[in-house]
Amino acid sequence: MSQEVNLHEHAGAMTTHEVHHDEHHGHHHKETFITKYVFSQDHKMIAKQFLITGIVWAIIGGLFSVLFRLQLGFPNETFPWLENILGKWAAGGKIHPEFYYALTTMHGTVLVFFVLTAGLSGTFSNFLIPLQVGARDMASPFMNMLSYWFFFVASIVMISSLFVQTGPASGGWTVYPPLSALGDASEGSKIGMDLWLIAMALFVVNSLLGSLNYISTILNMRTKGMSMTRMPLTIWALFFTAVLGVLSFPVLLSGFILLLFDRHAGTSFYLSDIFLASTQKALPNEGGSAILYQHLFWFLGHPEVYIIILPTMGLVSDVMSANARKPIFGYMAMVGSMFAIAVLAFLVWAHHMFVTGLNPFLGAFFVLLTLLIAVPSAIKVFNWITTLWRGNLRFTPGMLFSIGFVSLFISGGLTGIFLGNSTLDIHLHDTYFVIAHFHIVMGVSAFFGMFAGLYHWFPKMYGRYMNNTMAYIHFWITLVGAYLIFWPMHYQGLAGVPRRYLDFSGWTSFNQFDGLNRFISIVTMMVFAVQLLFVFNFFYSIFKGRKVRTQNPWGATTLEWTTPINPGHGNWEGEIPEVHRWAYDYGKDGRDFIPQTEPISASESPESKH
Amino acid sequence: MGVEAMEQRKRIHPNKFTMWVAIASITMMFAGLTSAYIVKRSQPSWTSFEMPVIFWYSTGVMLLSSLAIHFSLRAFRERNRVKYRQLITLTAILGLVFVVLQWIGFKQIWATGIQFSGAGGGQFLYIIAGLHGLHVIGGVIALIILFFKAYSTRFRNYNPVPVEVMSTYWHFVDLLWIYLMVFFMLLQ
Repeated sequence: MSQEVNLHEHAGAMTTHEVHHDEHHGHHHKETFITKYVFSQDHKMIAKQFLITGIVWAIIGGLFSVLFRLQLGFPNETFPWLENILGKWAAGGKIHPEFYYALTTMHGTVLVFFVLTAGLSGTFSNFLIPLQVGARDMASPFMNMLSYWFFFVASIVMISSLFVQTGPASGGWTVYPPLSALGDASEGSKIGMDLWLIAMALFVVNSLLGSLNYISTILNMRTKGMSMTRMPLTIWALFFTAVLGVLSFPVLLSGFILLLFDRHAGTSFYLSDIFLASTQKALPNEGGSAILYQHLFWFLGHPEVYIIILPTMGLVSDVMSANARKPIFGYMAMVGSMFAIAVLAFLVWAHHMFVTGLNPFLGAFFVLLTLLIAVPSAIKVFNWITTLWRGNLRFTPGMLFSIGFVSLFISGGLTGIFLGNSTLDIHLHDTYFVIAHFHIVMGVSAFFGMFAGLYHWFPKMYGRYMNNTMAYIHFWITLVGAYLIFWPMHYQGLAGVPRRYLDFSGWTSFNQFDGLNRFISIVTMMVFAVQLLFVFNFFYSIFKGRKVRTQNPWGATTLEWTTPINPGHGNWEGEIPEVHRWAYDYGKDGRDFIPQTEPISASESPESKH
Repeated sequence: MGVEAMEQRKRIHPNKFTMWVAIASITMMFAGLTSAYIVKRSQPSWTSFEMPVIFWYSTGVMLLSSLAIHFSLRAFRERNRVKYRQLITLTAILGLVFVVLQWIGFKQIWATGIQFSGAGGGQFLYIIAGLHGLHVIGGVIALIILFFKAYSTRFRNYNPVPVEVMSTYWHFVDLLWIYLMVFFMLLQ
């Protein structure tokens, strides 16, 4: 089960490659600290920049949830130490209601966009695309660097919004107008909202620059012999993700531009017939439609959840196949179902709007299209299970997280069938049922997929291993904890407990959950602590982890493991290797694995139909 | 690297391909805005507006600039550097003239009382045509960079890819404006 055993097992299969050692790489141009670590144009370094920025964001976003869970679990207690940290936002040791909404808003924004979009796609697209398709770098390394720095500036703007006097945006991560359009409506709709919009506009630019590069690298920079159907599923997944991003983020941007004009220029795109209680004034705006914003937002918003989950589906497929020592089951079905998901992603956005006054007749179509997504999702799940079936499983941390991903994806996916029905949604919308659904199916599972990828490719990133003991603790507590946190929320949601409420003690019908809320909050803190253990393991292993001594420690077939242990800028020392087969020749003809670079020999059994 | 280069030649150049994907992306942005326009038309208190005559002139200027960049690309391919420089300069100037004409058009509509307040289609016009204008300005900046590269005495570059990418983009902003023009005319 440990890595050592695997290393010995596969030492025999390593004969086709000489083991290269560090230091030597093809390009010997002078690199200063600035060009190597800061304004780097090397896709591997940019990937690490995205990753570490993403980790910082994940800690911040996770901490927000711990803070608001503190309020939800212990609404009647005071924590004087909170005032020391948060100042006036926790005067008297209780979280201020305005700040509570800011916490939930920023938790959503940070995790959806800054961690699970930029931190995830940014890391793995940048790291794996050139390495797995056989390219020296991205189509445009300069644009790639620009993409990271747009993300960095977006991060700075978003962070700075936490420190303005009126606080950060607090109208929910979807920033629906009219609340978000009227500065007088709430504290969080003042300067914090402007900073939020600016940060998100910069973020969209980052995402577009990155995605353009990913698409043209995958389509145009593949090495000889790397036909599309020989690409690892990770690359397919990252490709569909980038396409979704390129086509949906601009629409979000146009929605934000209109919102900015409503805020500052007096236009009425989203505003109509409003009387503001805080200023006792009737606003002159008329003819605007708040639903229009929701259409523009969710036209991105729905593809966005696939932008989050598709990359992890790819990562999990590859980690699972390599650690089950079996070809991935149904390669073409996997590609086809990802394509189907990508197409459907654009046709289901209104299922977020069933109760906004959407025409029920129109709703029926969106119900149908939404439920159709169950088909490709189920195909993928069955293919993962059949890949595991009778496999020669190695329970590495990456593999455990992959299996955990499939478990969570099933659990969360099933509740999607409930929510996709417009009639059931009348009862379930805006309750904890929704919270439970999307946290399991896209939040926690995407994190599991990301962890699987990190544990698996960490040796390629840093030339060292992460500590396995800490990894196993991390896995088990996170898996059990995630279920303990989100499973009970389904029951709360079915009982009608609304999301985003500060304090339930005023409602007799929701009081029965006081103990449960306390329990969820305590588990949240424990799970958060274990994530800090992961962060420690990550940084400790970069410097002190056990060194990788073989070129292909997992015995994997894909191209990234044919590069030197610490590849330089340009990835391969000599020529880029040629590819002769698909990426999943595990357990073929009595051999443990056959790398993609090995020509098909005459005696070999015919290529399996995929 | 020889094999790679050969492989590469069969496919479209990555930078050109990137431009096409970027065009798809920009198209989505304007598709979002124009569909918002259509949705909002059915809302109460919608008012329409008259397109100023000057927009016809700016359309003409835009079409001329498209012709100019077309011939400048041809001149570049024929290695006629003098003609190329002249035409690329002309394109950039026509681009600027277009932006100025748009600005004058905006001022004229603004003067007729179609402003940001209220709920009319005019607010969309400023934003949609304004964003298009920003894309033209972006193109002009790129043209200026090409212009300086063309006059650089240190580097003499016969690689047509940057000029081809530029020309694709320029034709795109031209087409985009014609689409917007037709859209606003039909849906007044």
